[in-house]
Amino acid sequence: MSKREFMQGNDAIAYGALYAGCRFFAGYPITPSTEIAEKMAAELPKHGGRFIQMEDEIAAMAAIVGASITGVKSFTATSGPGMSLKLENLGYACMTETPCVIVNVQRGGPSTGLPTGPSQSDIMQARWGAHGDHPCIAVTPSTVREQFDETVRAFNLSEKYRIPVIIISDEIIGHMREAVNIPEKGELPVFDRVKPTAAAENYKPYNSSSGDIPPMANFGEGYRFHITGLTHEETGFPTNSGAVADREGKRMQRKIDANYDDIVKVEEYRCDDADVILFAIGSVARSAKDAVDTARESGFRLGLMKPLTIWPFPDKHVAKYSGKIKGILVAEMNMGQLTGEVIRASAGKFNVKGLLRTDSEPITPSQIISEAENVL
Amino acid sequence: MSYNYKKYLRSGKLPHIWCPGCGYGIIMKALIRAIDAIGWSQNDTVIASGIGCASRMPGYLDFNTIHTTHGRSLAFATGIKLAKPHLKVITLGGDGDMSAIGGNHLIHACRRNIDISLLILNNNIYGMTGGQFSPTTPLGKRATTAPYGMTESAFDLSKLAIGAGATFVARTTSFHVAQMEDMMKQSFSHKGFSVLEIISGCPTGYGRRNAQPEAWDALEWQKINAVSLNRYEAMTPEERDGKFITGLLHNETRPEYVESYDKAVNINNEA
Repeated sequence: MSKREFMQGNDAIAYGALYAGCRFFAGYPITPSTEIAEKMAAELPKHGGRFIQMEDEIAAMAAIVGASITGVKSFTATSGPGMSLKLENLGYACMTETPCVIVNVQRGGPSTGLPTGPSQSDIMQARWGAHGDHPCIAVTPSTVREQFDETVRAFNLSEKYRIPVIIISDEIIGHMREAVNIPEKGELPVFDRVKPTAAAENYKPYNSSSGDIPPMANFGEGYRFHITGLTHEETGFPTNSGAVADREGKRMQRKIDANYDDIVKVEEYRCDDADVILFAIGSVARSAKDAVDTARESGFRLGLMKPLTIWPFPDKHVAKYSGKIKGILVAEMNMGQLTGEVIRASAGKFNVKGLLRTDSEPITPSQIISEAENVL
Repeated sequence: MSYNYKKYLRSGKLPHIWCPGCGYGIIMKALIRAIDAIGWSQNDTVIASGIGCASRMPGYLDFNTIHTTHGRSLAFATGIKLAKPHLKVITLGGDGDMSAIGGNHLIHACRRNIDISLLILNNNIYGMTGGQFSPTTPLGKRATTAPYGMTESAFDLSKLAIGAGATFVARTTSFHVAQMEDMMKQSFSHKGFSVLEIISGCPTGYGRRNAQPEAWDALEWQKINAVSLNRYEAMTPEERDGKFITGLLHNETRPEYVESYDKAVNINNEA
């Protein structure tokens, strides 16, 4: 029997991380994510792990990458302004294929913005914030229980695919309290990175002969190797070769793209006979779900597509409704970051409209229903 | 008797990228001898660096090596040390890497007193990008971004480290090879955060704009101007002009960060 607790969304992320085997957290105080750091500061030592509050957001991101290369699962948590600072070493984690998890509890932006107000305006930053072409995995919980589960899944994906995974939450989910059934040990899968089996002297940290995801050795266990953010050979040492940059860049992208079905998780609610499908993540998905049920009471057949993975974008899930629906209404707390992606994924086969709100107030079910009527 | 460096070098990665006359080869050899002398195993030793000429050094050294982002190596190293405290961690970087873009990480690592040994290879210039002024370029000296001479005051890196709370601080030069090796051994053996500032030369980026175009010029300048504390104290103010103190500058005992943390939080090592 799992334990039932009344829990805050940010705390659920902390407990999810511990469940996933995380034993290191480095952070910096920032609203509205601070409770995650506070919870980790209190809980990690009990589990044999360590917490550190670093001098800035950049250092916190660097520290979790450092801890991870010794084999310790690590994460950090922040919000918009801090996320902007994380991007430098987020790119480093992508380039060096170091597993780690970054939480962004979104608030209003740009810049210092609205620190205590919700927003969903960092969707594109998560995907493209770090410079250079790189793959991205980002998950988007919308309930307190999903904050827990998606954190576990974020760690698993990170370990499995050797990639930093971003949890995109928002101020509403982060600070909301709900009753949650805490999963027992063994109830959710926990994945640990694949370690090399080759003799230490033959180890090449980016050898992809057995697949696009190279086994990863820990620092300090006899596999002496080099890590750099420069373009590198399979040996880990830098190169100026354009051919290697091309080959390795495409391998890194392919390791994610080729595993769409394993990575992309979408909850489809009453979509089978829907005329209009709502597309929403995070706190907006909660209003959207309510809108579906309410609209159907008066005969308006709405459905909800709620991605729990937003990057890679659920293209296939969107495209499959071609010819089956009149259109999609994207409801989001920004100026259309997801709407543009849904339009792209729809390939012009059905109408796509955006219900966009940027006044730091939640989107309501009634707003969604009246806007959905315009999609018909 | 010649010393055999091969055990510690990734020979296939040589020759190194440094210019003729650069002091970093001398420093790398002293680093190898110091590690060998104190008996650290290659498997248990991590060498982290940031970006710049100095930061290319770990690539040539057969240890657990990580070439991180510009200025951030101490933050990465802090994560490594906290995750696996039994590892020996050396961090190295240049004056720009450590005191400009990485200045915040430097002062906080000093303050925390985490058991990491930092080597700052100070050549007073951004060498890799072609000779722009750094926070340690002396007033009036020329750089590509100070074509009329440096107009900002320079950092005294050792003083900065002492002020920020480093528990071991020493300064040496790439000319004073025996002292450099000795200071490295002492700093590596020190429990807590140690800073060793190594004054070096950059004929390409700094020397040729500042009347030190040949490799020997910088070494000779180091030879003439580096003085011991005793000698410095015996000098008149006029004699002190342009001189800098080398050797051990500061050594104190203060609780080390990871040990203090583990004690304070009563870490559960059974978990």
